[in-house]
Amino acid sequence: MNDCQNTPLLEVRNLVVNFYTRGGVVQASRGVSFQVAHGQTLGIVGESGSGKSVAVQAVMGLISNPGRIEGGDILFRGRSLLDPAGRKFVRKVRGKEIAMIFQDPMTSLNPVFTIGTQITEVLRHHLGMTRDQARKRAMDLLGLVDINAPEKRLKQYPYEMSGGMRQRVMIAMALACEPRLIIADEPTTALDVTIQAQILELLADLQQRLEVSVILITHDLGVVAQLCHRVAVMYAGRIVEVGDADQVFASPVHPYTKGLIRATPRLDVVTERMVSIDGVPPDLISPPQGCAFSPRCDQAKNDCLRSQTLTPLGDDRHVSCWCAIKGDTR
Amino acid sequence: MIGQANEATPRAAKDGAAGSPLVCVKDLSVIFDAGRAGFWGRKRLQVHAVEKVSFDIHPGETLGLVGESGSGKSTTGRAILGRVPVSSGTIYFQGKEITHAGKERVRALSRHMQLVFQDPYASLNPRMKIVDIVAEPLLVHGLVKNTKEAAGEVAQLLELVGLPPDAGARYPHAFSGGQRQRVGIARALALKPQFIVADEPVSALDVSIRAQVVNLMQDLQARFGLAYLFIAHDLAVVRHISHRIAIMYAGNIVELADRHLIYESPVHPYTKALLSAVPVPDPPVQRARQRITCPGEAPNPMDPPSGCRFQSRCPYVTQTCRDTAPVLTSRRPGQTAACWNC
Repeated sequence: MNDCQNTPLLEVRNLVVNFYTRGGVVQASRGVSFQVAHGQTLGIVGESGSGKSVAVQAVMGLISNPGRIEGGDILFRGRSLLDPAGRKFVRKVRGKEIAMIFQDPMTSLNPVFTIGTQITEVLRHHLGMTRDQARKRAMDLLGLVDINAPEKRLKQYPYEMSGGMRQRVMIAMALACEPRLIIADEPTTALDVTIQAQILELLADLQQRLEVSVILITHDLGVVAQLCHRVAVMYAGRIVEVGDADQVFASPVHPYTKGLIRATPRLDVVTERMVSIDGVPPDLISPPQGCAFSPRCDQAKNDCLRSQTLTPLGDDRHVSCWCAIKGDTR
Repeated sequence: MIGQANEATPRAAKDGAAGSPLVCVKDLSVIFDAGRAGFWGRKRLQVHAVEKVSFDIHPGETLGLVGESGSGKSTTGRAILGRVPVSSGTIYFQGKEITHAGKERVRALSRHMQLVFQDPYASLNPRMKIVDIVAEPLLVHGLVKNTKEAAGEVAQLLELVGLPPDAGARYPHAFSGGQRQRVGIARALALKPQFIVADEPVSALDVSIRAQVVNLMQDLQARFGLAYLFIAHDLAVVRHISHRIAIMYAGNIVELADRHLIYESPVHPYTKALLSAVPVPDPPVQRARQRITCPGEAPNPMDPPSGCRFQSRCPYVTQTCRDTAPVLTSRRPGQTAACWNC
């Protein structure tokens, strides 16, 4: 959107992902489009079930039965990751140029191998390093993520480490092949606040030093505020608003974004009563017609039953709301 | 050391009456056995979950109990309800000691004190209808003979927590997380308790739903004069609901103060670090905030350090901190902290 001259690093176009469950077809991603520029951090926020994880799992090729990618395209450096003809490209890119950090570092590290084995495996597989080279590089990587005594740590098993330490190892593994894009799916949700702050600072520092792009999936607006340049807000399988993080927080346009910001309690502000959004998110087996937020929206009118797409609204902001587009809420 | 918490001059929250506390906890310690280790199992392993914790809760007041995982906040709540054995210290409820209450006594007490659980998915039996879940406490205490007799009461309770009247006939799976938490609250209210331990009641809920449940709890408090022990790790939510806040670290209360004092003028270095670690959802404000770092992680509860438990992470640590554990002492009216250097 802002990098018109050079192609964005990652572009997701109209992604449709459905899950075929016994209860029906869950439309987890209903036409999601976003871009990530070089060296940029994009935050994707949304509540549980909004489809934020599904969108990036599709990028990593992690959608498996009963899920299917049924529409749209994912372009990395201008080349499709979904095109069957480009399998070789995909295999080269995933895990090497695009790396992922998962939410739960306990379940995403293998409990029966040492940290050293797991990091060197990545290096030897993707970069064809020898055992010695890989070991040296692994020690460098642990140093990069501020782990003391890397030599000792390499011999440890995941259970011997704390949650914060394990997440640092995950980040080291993600950095192993010098990726251009790191996808972090709720990287700090399982951690305590003081540890979360340490990990977020580490991520921000690495992002700047190594000039990688980051997609950060989170439900915590505070984390977005701390780390992200741009933010995309998801609701019921669609992006409802995307734009520069400062601007979105300062002047949200979509009623859901507004509600979300208002409902998030702030440490620095006292209010007697918390503001809630009435109702509950819709069932994605049979999402409401048109705008999925309209049943909970106090500005909903007949227009909202017509389907709409993300529409540019001046300076980098895209919103999917009839009222906002007509200027009713601005 | 006994009675340190009383220096906090606890004020009754809403009505301003400084009457006797509803719940009074003095020097509570909970130590769990964690098996044996070493040659022939000669070494006994003990987890020091809670150590020398003291506080009061007045009728109609909410005490927020904040801490990171493993700080002992849930164990404290459970010890009050008689659900974990107390190693030392005393607990009073309405002036009577209940520290080592037997099974029968705990059952009788449960009419007055109830628990709301964190996970609304795991805390409701999926094979029971909502009406049976909410009526169960009434049945257990012999207040009704069967669910039918309780129907009127259950309908009232469901209405009270904002659930539709037909909810009773359905099973938990038909409800969302927020609605299930309302069911859990209705169940806790069935016996008209005076005191509710809410153990992370909104942590599993999404932002937009969280506010609904917090508001409901505040409304119920205003209506029935309930006292809450609100256990949470989310400092922003605690700020909204609590009258006073206790910050726990590795089994100790490090600071206990009126809510505005905790946020506006925290004393203990851990409180400061904790507050500064919470990101504010406003990019320019967040960028301008300065984080007070405390590197490292909480100590191993099986082998806590002698002296202050925060010593390994504290920037102001001195020899006194390593030798002797500080106790809560008054800093200003309504604020106590356990620290030698602040």
